[in-house]
Amino acid sequence: MTALVDQLGRFFTYYNLIFIGEGFLYTIGLSAAGCGIGYVVGFLLAVLRNERIVRWAFVRWLVVLYVEIFRRIPFLVMLLVVFFAYQYAGADVPMFTIAATTLALHASAYSAEIVRAGLESVHPNQWDAAETMNMGGLAALRRVILPQSWVVLIPPAMTFSVGLIKSTSIASQVGALELTTVAKILNSKGLSAGMCYGTILVLYFVLCYSLTRFAKYLEVRLVTSRR
Amino acid sequence: MNYTMQFGQVTPYLGYLAGGAWVSLQIAVVAFLIGWAIGLICASVQQYGNRPARVVVRGYVTFFLNTPLLVQIFFIYFVLPDWGVMLSSYQAVLIGIALNTGGYMTEIQRAGFASIRREEIEAAETLGFTRIQSIRYVILPHITKVLFPPLSNEFIIVTMTTSLASIFGVEELTGRAYNINGETFRSLEIFSIAAVYYVILTVIVSGLLYLIGRYFFRIKSKAF
Amino acid sequence: MSHLVVEKLSAAYGKVPVLQDIDLSIERGEIVAIIGPSGSGKSTLLRVLVGLLRPQSGSVTVAGEVLQYDNPRNLRKAREKFAIVFQQFNLFQNMTALRNVTIAPTVVKKRKPAEVEAEARALLEKVGLGHRLNAYPDEMSGGQQQRVAIARALALKPEILHLDEVTSALDPELVAEVLDTVRLLAADGMTMMIVSHEMGFVREVANKVMFMAEGRIIEVGPPEQVFDNPQTERCAEFVGRILRH
Repeated sequence: MTALVDQLGRFFTYYNLIFIGEGFLYTIGLSAAGCGIGYVVGFLLAVLRNERIVRWAFVRWLVVLYVEIFRRIPFLVMLLVVFFAYQYAGADVPMFTIAATTLALHASAYSAEIVRAGLESVHPNQWDAAETMNMGGLAALRRVILPQSWVVLIPPAMTFSVGLIKSTSIASQVGALELTTVAKILNSKGLSAGMCYGTILVLYFVLCYSLTRFAKYLEVRLVTSRR
Repeated sequence: MNYTMQFGQVTPYLGYLAGGAWVSLQIAVVAFLIGWAIGLICASVQQYGNRPARVVVRGYVTFFLNTPLLVQIFFIYFVLPDWGVMLSSYQAVLIGIALNTGGYMTEIQRAGFASIRREEIEAAETLGFTRIQSIRYVILPHITKVLFPPLSNEFIIVTMTTSLASIFGVEELTGRAYNINGETFRSLEIFSIAAVYYVILTVIVSGLLYLIGRYFFRIKSKAF
Repeated sequence: MSHLVVEKLSAAYGKVPVLQDIDLSIERGEIVAIIGPSGSGKSTLLRVLVGLLRPQSGSVTVAGEVLQYDNPRNLRKAREKFAIVFQQFNLFQNMTALRNVTIAPTVVKKRKPAEVEAEARALLEKVGLGHRLNAYPDEMSGGQQQRVAIARALALKPEILHLDEVTSALDPELVAEVLDTVRLLAADGMTMMIVSHEMGFVREVANKVMFMAEGRIIEVGPPEQVFDNPQTERCAEFVGRILRH
């Protein structure tokens, strides 16, 4: 018992808490940056893949290829490829950029599928009606299809965001100063592994679980009021 | 530094790397099967178990779905020894992935069980089916149809997560890529090839699963 | 010259021919009904005219102007001539009745919102929905939705209005209100092509009836001829079967 109290005292010092807090914020920032860029790219990809908007089959085919390939590369391997690709290009970029790039590539492929499913959930006759009224593909997307897609689109996107937050822990492999790296450093300074990893597990859980709950809440809200 | 892509130095290792892909697949199969068993048990508990058991399962699923797999494995590998549980890196990774995918498979199978329609069972009973017959002819075909696609998808995900094993020194596909990198220092080439191997591996697995689904369970979904 | 002239029009879904050598002409203010068994190409003909399915060959002329369906610009010009009301209403689910009617004139034709809204209110009033301007599609009955769809089509001021089985998806008690609305348009002199299974109604409003089968027009004539004295065996058989019910 005294050992535990002793450990607690050694672990929760002012500087360690600041260090953990910074790691926590780093994780949040990294997730936000990766999600933000990835979702924008993924949305564009889904639009490019839509045959009501892009008539050129070649473009749609390229998008399918991109999505299929990037969804089949493990996050860790993609991270290493991005890491060495920046090095190869001679670009001296911060670890944050490397990790965020990987997250964005990963997220773009998955979110393209999520958005596609959302767009396809709207009945094709809505496109037909817009088309016969001479609305262009993008106008129909913006005014008719998207407003009806959010319901189907947002909940899985939120769930996927939780997955992305969890993936950021792998960025510890290239030394990005996020939560998992923080735990590894504290552990290497002689603090107990249980304390280090236990603490960040709790922090990850708080972050992810609140988002999961929010996604569930949104799902219910969106279904009951779709406008 | 003037770096040019040189795949030549890497080609002698392609077979070694393919062997790594085979190891990855083996880890994936074992972890998946354990996870599946966990998922089946937990989903059954959620369906038929008493309240305390359901709360425990709920807690397990919620925890594993909302924390990173990598940190879960760190915990198993570095913390459990303090409590007297010594595991090899291979065992720790396997248990970590299995527990993690077990959480997901609990969710998948719970949804599958929930989709069984009472009316169909009642219809079978009015036709004079016995309990066993209605399970054999009504419930099982329905369950396999509903569960096969998401479980296939989960297997692909598990296959990709096995790359984390390399962090703990397991010499599967990514681990062997690290090894080759240590010898040749052609980092970008070797990890790009590893990425391609993962794409090929999962495409083959997806194709096989599609064929199985199509010919054994008559599932008419798209392969990819 | 006739208001709409279609010559040798053919179309296919992939390799399956669905329309073969369609010839027809409609005068201004005329109402043409298309009847025939399902799969005969009635709805496909309308889909081709409004540019949802590209024709393989043939020509379409409206008010002396030859329509092209080959590139987006020409397609836009072709679609301006027509408006279509669908079997499933196809109202935009995320918009009120009023917005459904005003969206195309304001967004596509860039007309002044105030002016368009006044017109839309008048149109909805005309189809008997002046009291439901702010209702969303899922808050309305099928009959009401279909009447909004008709108002929406009229707001485009088409040369020709296509009605594609507009009562087929409705419960029997709601059919009458929609048919009444169509009668109103007929009285206004709207040029219309109507695909319908309501034979009594067709006989009443149509000037001309076309019988289609297997992607071809088999027989054309005034309703009395097609229903009471069909000239072809196929048509006689179809009409006989329908009218016996």
